[in-house]
Amino acid sequence: MNWIRTHVWPIVAVLLALIVVWYVAAAWMNSQWTLDQAARAQTTPSFGEIVADTMAQERPKLPAPHQVAYSFYDLVFDKKITSRRSLVYHAWITLSATLLGFAIGTGLGIALALGIVHNRAMDQSVMPWAIASQTIPILAIAPMIIVVLNSIGISGLIPKAIISAYLSFFPVVVGMVAGLRSPDSMQMDLLKTYNASPVQVLFKLRLPASMPFLFASLKVGIAAALVGAVVGELPVQQGGLGARLLGGSYYGQTIQMWAALFMAAILAAILVFTVARIESGVLKRLGMAR
Amino acid sequence: MSVQGTVVKAQNLDLVFHTGDGDVHALSNVSLDVEKGDFVSFIGPSGCGKTTFLRCIAGLETATGGRLTVNGMSPEEARLSRAYGYVFQAAGLYPWRTIGKNIKLPLEIMGFDKAEQDRRMNNVLQLVDLEGFGGKYPWQLSGGMQQRASIARALAFDADLLLMDEPFGALDEIVRDHLNEQLLKLWARTEKTICFVTHSIPEAVYLSTKIVVMSPRPGRITEVIESPLPKDRPLDIRDTPAFIEIAHRVREGLRAGHGDDV
Repeated sequence: MNWIRTHVWPIVAVLLALIVVWYVAAAWMNSQWTLDQAARAQTTPSFGEIVADTMAQERPKLPAPHQVAYSFYDLVFDKKITSRRSLVYHAWITLSATLLGFAIGTGLGIALALGIVHNRAMDQSVMPWAIASQTIPILAIAPMIIVVLNSIGISGLIPKAIISAYLSFFPVVVGMVAGLRSPDSMQMDLLKTYNASPVQVLFKLRLPASMPFLFASLKVGIAAALVGAVVGELPVQQGGLGARLLGGSYYGQTIQMWAALFMAAILAAILVFTVARIESGVLKRLGMAR
Repeated sequence: MSVQGTVVKAQNLDLVFHTGDGDVHALSNVSLDVEKGDFVSFIGPSGCGKTTFLRCIAGLETATGGRLTVNGMSPEEARLSRAYGYVFQAAGLYPWRTIGKNIKLPLEIMGFDKAEQDRRMNNVLQLVDLEGFGGKYPWQLSGGMQQRASIARALAFDADLLLMDEPFGALDEIVRDHLNEQLLKLWARTEKTICFVTHSIPEAVYLSTKIVVMSPRPGRITEVIESPLPKDRPLDIRDTPAFIEIAHRVREGLRAGHGDDV
């Protein structure tokens, strides 16, 4: 009971408040269309009729929560998951690009961090470029990556994964550099008194010490990878949640857009939660969790 | 004693740190012999170079002048041949390793086989009275126990020289007394040579065969006091006239070294 009071109730309270705000906003934003229709038909609807209409439009400016919920349920559970209309089908396309991009980005990030920590030249040169890479708007560079790769015959999953990797390597570099450098001078001196080799210093001290840093970065990185995959799907229109978002905006299908948006949010939550579970498992095995 | 019995030999050692604020003379004209089996304490106020001298012996700092040998080798060669165990101010145990695995850390690095690692770990755990704690993580132990584990770690390999940099400085006096007593027993059983940095006069007098009094600006040795106390020392010895007499000499030496500073 206590657990419900401390953990569930705060979340539910915020959720209820959001839904109330959402309904009010939906009624207000969609009312213009209702009033225009009424003026054209030369009728004067009552306040109750106006509100009822704003909740049930086919292409509302802001769909009401129950419309999105119904559409989401329909697209997830009532469609065959192999169908192009199924949200699960599109979520899987996005997820596969996300995971591949996240794997590439994490590998690249760790490799760069190892280089930065062990090589003076890389220490001086890599970080400014890594930071510069993140100042370029991903929306601008994503279509170029896709076009360039397409011209050399690479299309489909790989270009999207590369955009994912482009976004997710950065937090891993920053976190791992901090983590690999986290041992203090006393701990480094201790290994020096044992005449330990650089490889031994890496595996006995630097890598274990960097684990909490790595997982903090991975949680940021996997969310960034999902954003990258969605952005990579915008210009291509060959499936995926990004394609659903842009397709929905072309045809004024706001309900479809919101459903896809919620799918992306749920996917991100699942991914971050999964990383957190792996983190607690690894830290427990390392004896770092208390 | 014979020349072969000299473990640490410093002649006119100088060390100048070049910093942004100008040169800092950390060690000036330091000459000292540490014989095999000695327990030498270095005592003095902050900035007197006692820790710096210990780090020079360990090859963690390099002197800018004079000669220093450890076991007849340069400090760097001595470090590479793993001639000493070093105990730092903080225990510095790895939180992700159990006490046992922490003690095995130097053994893993030095390439001892598994059976030998286990044998030595059990051996040194017994030496520092930590049997049964090998499977615990550092955070499950008190500060005093952690420091004992770090001493065990320094004893686990075959170095005859133990360098200790204020190992009990962060502990309360009751724990410190207990550990001092244990350290003396350990020293008697293992016959190691110990260099011990401290800023506590009773600790230095209780533990040492030789007390090196140092003073700052520039860091130098002002007095070397050979202790006439017997090797077997119960804690009560601190109330004897002989003990009080040496403590008095150390205090006088510290005061003389300070000059007009205080």
